[in-house]
Amino acid sequence: MTDDATTDVTTQTPPSAASPTGASSGAASAPQAQAIASALASATKPKPPSAVSTSMTFGWRALLKIKHVPEQLFDVTLFPIIMTLLFTYLFGGAIAGSVNEYIAYIAPGVLVQSVLFITMYTGTTLRTDIDKGVFDRFRSLPIWRPSPLVGMLLGDAVRFVVAAIMTSLVCLLIGWRPEGGFIGVVLGTLLLLVFAFSLGWIWTFLSLILRTPGAIMGVASFVLMPLLFGSNIFVDPSTMPGWLQAWVNVNPVSDLVTAVRALMNGTELGSELVTTLLWSAGLVAVFGSLTMWKYRDPR
Amino acid sequence: MAELAIETHGLTKVYGDTRAVDGIDLSITRGGVHGFLGPNGAGKTTAIRMLATLIRPDAGSATVLGYDIAKHADEVRSRVSLTGQFASVDEDLTGKENLRLLGKLYGYTGPGASKRADELLEAFGLAEAGDRQVKKYSGGMRRRIDIAASIVVTPELLFLDEPTTGLDPRARNEVWDIIRAMVSFGTTVMLTTQYLDEADQLADRISVIDTGKIIAEGTSSELKASVGAASLQVRVMRRDDRDAARDLLTRELGVDVTTTNDPQALTAAIDDRARVTRALTALEESGLELAQFSLGQPSLDEVFLALTGHAAEAADNEEAAA
Repeated sequence: MTDDATTDVTTQTPPSAASPTGASSGAASAPQAQAIASALASATKPKPPSAVSTSMTFGWRALLKIKHVPEQLFDVTLFPIIMTLLFTYLFGGAIAGSVNEYIAYIAPGVLVQSVLFITMYTGTTLRTDIDKGVFDRFRSLPIWRPSPLVGMLLGDAVRFVVAAIMTSLVCLLIGWRPEGGFIGVVLGTLLLLVFAFSLGWIWTFLSLILRTPGAIMGVASFVLMPLLFGSNIFVDPSTMPGWLQAWVNVNPVSDLVTAVRALMNGTELGSELVTTLLWSAGLVAVFGSLTMWKYRDPR
Repeated sequence: MAELAIETHGLTKVYGDTRAVDGIDLSITRGGVHGFLGPNGAGKTTAIRMLATLIRPDAGSATVLGYDIAKHADEVRSRVSLTGQFASVDEDLTGKENLRLLGKLYGYTGPGASKRADELLEAFGLAEAGDRQVKKYSGGMRRRIDIAASIVVTPELLFLDEPTTGLDPRARNEVWDIIRAMVSFGTTVMLTTQYLDEADQLADRISVIDTGKIIAEGTSSELKASVGAASLQVRVMRRDDRDAARDLLTRELGVDVTTTNDPQALTAAIDDRARVTRALTALEESGLELAQFSLGQPSLDEVFLALTGHAAEAADNEEAAA
């Protein structure tokens, strides 16, 4: 106690100066102070963990969050079901004459669409983390710098898998019989996951330069719309006007859909596989670097 | 081992037109608590975030524990720890999961991280709350888990950004006890606060910061000497009496007595406490009735008034900018 406390004549000192609880908390804290000192003393500095290990740990964090907030899985389960039913029955009759004929064409496309659409939540989740302050803690750790982001994208991959499984199940239920078999569907999904992970770096970059989750959603939708709808997901581009065909042909999502389709439907796999992997590598190289550059000093 | 915990030269951070931190020179020795005292928006948080390598300075240089914050950020990160103003743990996870997460990130194996988490929960009085989500914690518990998270691996230097803002007096005392325990262990603590009282209780030396600049530095008694040892506050019963009371107090105390916005109130910085009793007696003998009086430490406002000539104003743009 300082001499001020004893000579304080009376009342109106600011609330922070009065400490009637001093005695009680003093008594309670004596063993605590000792426990804290021993906790400080017993901490041995372990060997710094590897980049893989810290990334996996952040992936584990994302899974824990799903455990505590299972509502997060709402969008990845319901959204694919609605998308699949809506687009199959909406376009099926007009485009291919019947749903049964259309399903082989659209099932891989809807799968791609559902998963890529969900990737943009990566950006809003990251923004929320930044705003809450927990990201400051992660950024102040002596670990491989990208690992919180990589881990987050790995955790999101679990959500993407759930979305892919839901979409596949709905498609199977309404008559899809993929010629590529189980293996073909798994390989197609893996390729999709690689591309989704790479696309995620655009959203992490956006979340470091935009200030609100709403703004990120807005920009992400604006980017995703031409990528998803200006593609060969729903219809064969040969029916489109020339300028649109030109766009569809350079759109990386078209290459991805063609490759996934070939894998799942057991048709011949063309150069689209390599093109998709090159696009993925390019996205990581460009937006991964931009993300890490902003990550040093985010807004 | 470097002598100094923190050394900065002309450290500056600019956000748009605002010089959030405007050329700070610091030289802080190891051990004990160094306080960073200033109102909201003074630049405390921005300065501490630069020192903890969270944001990059626009000009100037700084070394923390002997390592340059720009060139050897990783060396700095492995030796310091930061407890931010806002929850610096994941509120969706439980207290124990948060500590296990950090333990693993520092390189503990699974069981090692669990053991360390239990040890810390026990030491911080959170053992029973360990399996509850942090968002269900009280303000005091949340601060404790924040601090526990900062010492999963014992840091050489701990940054605490306004550790008691928004806490009730009991929780605040607990946090003070924790800080004292860490200091007696040998950890250097750099603490920001808006409360002179808190800086006075904990800090060995205090830097007063205002609009991005250090305007005074010294021990708490040195700072208080600049505003008088104590502050007398008086409220007269009838506002018509105020001028008469002011004249009388000025004469008896031998210092300037100032008026405030409150039409019944008078305040004075006191050097000699003995004269206060005489002055109060004189007031009573003259029939000037008092509604209230108190003699306390000078407030942050008074320190600011004395040091800067203006009151401590909350410039809210720091948080928005940071």
